Amino acid sequence: MKILRIFTILLTGLAALPAAAEPLRIVIDEGVNEPLPVAVPRFVAETPGAEDIARQLAEIVAADLAGSGLFRDIPEDAFISQITSFDSPIQFSDWKAINAQALVTGAVSVGSGGRVNVKFRLFDVFSEAALGDGLQMGGTTTSIRRIAHKLADQVYSRITGETGYFDSRVVFVAEEGPKNARRKRLAVMDYDGANVSYLTDSAAIVLAPRFSPLGDKVLYTSYETGFPKIFVMDVGTVQRRVLDDQPGTMAFAPRFAPDGKTVVFSLSQGGNTDLYRLNIDSGRSARLTTSPSIETAPDFSPDGKQVVFESDRSGSQQLYIMPAGGGEARRISFGKGRYGTPVWSPRGDLIAFTKQNKGRFHIGVMRVDGSEERLLTASFLDEGPTWSPNGRVIMFTRETSGAQGSSSLYSVDISGRNLRRVSTPAAGSDPAWSPLLP
Amino acid sequence: MQTGTYISGMGHFALIGWAMLAGVFNSDNTPPPTDTANVTILSGEEFAALTDLSVTTPPVIEAAQPTAPVEPETPTAPTVPTPDTAPEAVEQPTPTPPAQPDTAPDASQIEPLPQADVMPETPDAIEPPDLPAGTSFVATPTTSPRPKPATRIAPQQAAQPAPEADLADVVQDAVVPDETLQAREAEEAQEQTAPEEANTITIPEEANPGGSQQATFAPTGSPRPPSRPNRPRPAATRTEPTDTSIGDAVNDVVAAAAAAETAPVPQGPPMTSGEKDALRVAVQQCWNVGSLSSEALRITVTVMVDMNQDGKPDTGSIRMISADGGSQAAARQAFEAARRAVIRCGAKGYDLPADKYGQWREIEMVFNPEKMRDR
Repeated sequence: MKILRIFTILLTGLAALPAAAEPLRIVIDEGVNEPLPVAVPRFVAETPGAEDIARQLAEIVAADLAGSGLFRDIPEDAFISQITSFDSPIQFSDWKAINAQALVTGAVSVGSGGRVNVKFRLFDVFSEAALGDGLQMGGTTTSIRRIAHKLADQVYSRITGETGYFDSRVVFVAEEGPKNARRKRLAVMDYDGANVSYLTDSAAIVLAPRFSPLGDKVLYTSYETGFPKIFVMDVGTVQRRVLDDQPGTMAFAPRFAPDGKTVVFSLSQGGNTDLYRLNIDSGRSARLTTSPSIETAPDFSPDGKQVVFESDRSGSQQLYIMPAGGGEARRISFGKGRYGTPVWSPRGDLIAFTKQNKGRFHIGVMRVDGSEERLLTASFLDEGPTWSPNGRVIMFTRETSGAQGSSSLYSVDISGRNLRRVSTPAAGSDPAWSPLLP
Repeated sequence: MQTGTYISGMGHFALIGWAMLAGVFNSDNTPPPTDTANVTILSGEEFAALTDLSVTTPPVIEAAQPTAPVEPETPTAPTVPTPDTAPEAVEQPTPTPPAQPDTAPDASQIEPLPQADVMPETPDAIEPPDLPAGTSFVATPTTSPRPKPATRIAPQQAAQPAPEADLADVVQDAVVPDETLQAREAEEAQEQTAPEEANTITIPEEANPGGSQQATFAPTGSPRPPSRPNRPRPAATRTEPTDTSIGDAVNDVVAAAAAAETAPVPQGPPMTSGEKDALRVAVQQCWNVGSLSSEALRITVTVMVDMNQDGKPDTGSIRMISADGGSQAAARQAFEAARRAVIRCGAKGYDLPADKYGQWREIEMVFNPEKMRDR
């Protein structure tokens, strides 16, 4: 009885204790998926004559960010206040009022000899705090675009958490003339279509240029000798040489390995096309496939241990992965239609491809094991995807139908959003994205 | 004797067994199970509040649906025959003669690509601007290009007087008597004066070009300088503050702070699901994941927010207490997106029941982007 009484008293005491104050808990699992509003006011010109550069810098940074589809540039007309001094405190209330969630401020000075110095800061407006430290970059008046691209990369990286891709270049095939007499030559440009330079003349048809991992060399296929041969060109000096010139063969679809010293390509000999790998320095080559079918369009995984390629060994054109040194290949594409031109993402998690099904061409992505296939585009002819350095954007060729049809370069986010045409002086095809420039 | 006992025992056993098997002890009059319901004891005020039709449960707003993916451009179906050649057909070697160049430039004349001369200097961290101690970005007044409304309209525009100045029609500077000359005939002390703040035109609030949003963030007016306390006459002996007076002032401040802390916080009944949903919907309207990396979109972050009694989040209190699913860098991006959401949509205060402040004084928000992933 006594024990029961004590037990009852204990229970009563416990019940009388106040419950521990627990915070209110809510789970947010829905949100919005919209571009982040960002304000890029004109940079402060700290020296006379720097006003035009200050304006250009802000415009290019804003264009880069808006072009990614992840940001929305707030027009200058909406600004309540301007940045008149780089070191002045930010009037955050003015930027909150126009719903700017990120603010980019900068200042530019031009020194003797055209030396340009640019300072930059990024702010989270609603947190009223800087995002990272300030940065400054130096250059010349001819490198304004590169400085601006680098600044935009900083903004992109600090907000999204992934590296940017604005300070990069694209090599492609510039095309002119009618379809039945198309002149083609290699060209290289900034990722946004600016600063186009030509690497070859149009004396011979050129195809499938590909950057080296450092971006200093380009592999491409040329009909210069009358038969397709692989050339390697130094982008800085435009010096070139042919690779693996075996008489009676046709070599095409080259691709650098991540080490920059090995090239994998297709070699057609005696009516059969197989994959080979070649050491650029030693010139030694090795055969990777021995199938009687056509194997082509190889590409290395980012770690260099595997190669993805297309083959019709199963009766239709499909994608396969095999060890980089050759060996058993496993098929990864099983959907309806034909699959081709696989390109491994720099992140290593996705493979982009061209798909033809029911008379339409698509650019799509799938996991490395072939799962989660998603088609990003659909058109009369979309082909030849290439990844941005950060694996977020895919550039490809889109060709319109008809006798007057022409090819253009397009880019699309891997989410399928933000499909936009890349401005080039003339028609373009077969783009290949460089790595981020140093 | 034993035989009789056995017979009797068997008889009783058989009788009891029959009774049990036949259901003699089962009764059909067993009352049916009673339905029970959980009840909540309400006070009179709470019952009145519940029955008051004017008070409605906060509506559950439909969540803003994420923007539908942009449909890939789908031009009109081509009428031409479907190209049978595979995309890579262009790469197939075709021993056709190369196209004849027309006015082709000589490759030797092609200028080599200009070397990029961008020289990113060592990223020097730029020191934040020098600010006086105690100055914050928040406290910096907004510079407004418009004339500020004043409470007085006068022919001549007058700036806001200094806080220590008395209002007068004539502007005069303050003259402080020289204490070393007090023994002699010193010049008479003079108060600093200035005309009352005035403007030449009446500026209606509706004319604010910034609209209501600007008015929300910008200061709506400048407070009049507080009335100046009566200063002892200059001739009077100046009394230095004593330790006692400082101590009293400190005690007063401490007592006021303690009183504020010990002020009863209205606990109220637990938050209803409707009230929680309203808060959730309010936050998710500002949770923009459009600029997050795919890695950050795989991270569930939990943040803790201290709330002010007016429903506004204490922005300095927002902290990440856990992150699940990715790297630290990606978690930071995910947290910053969550923090932006809490601050943006709470700028005017969340619609929370004031009488339940104790229930939402501290809120744990879990941001789970699982449904927002599109890749």
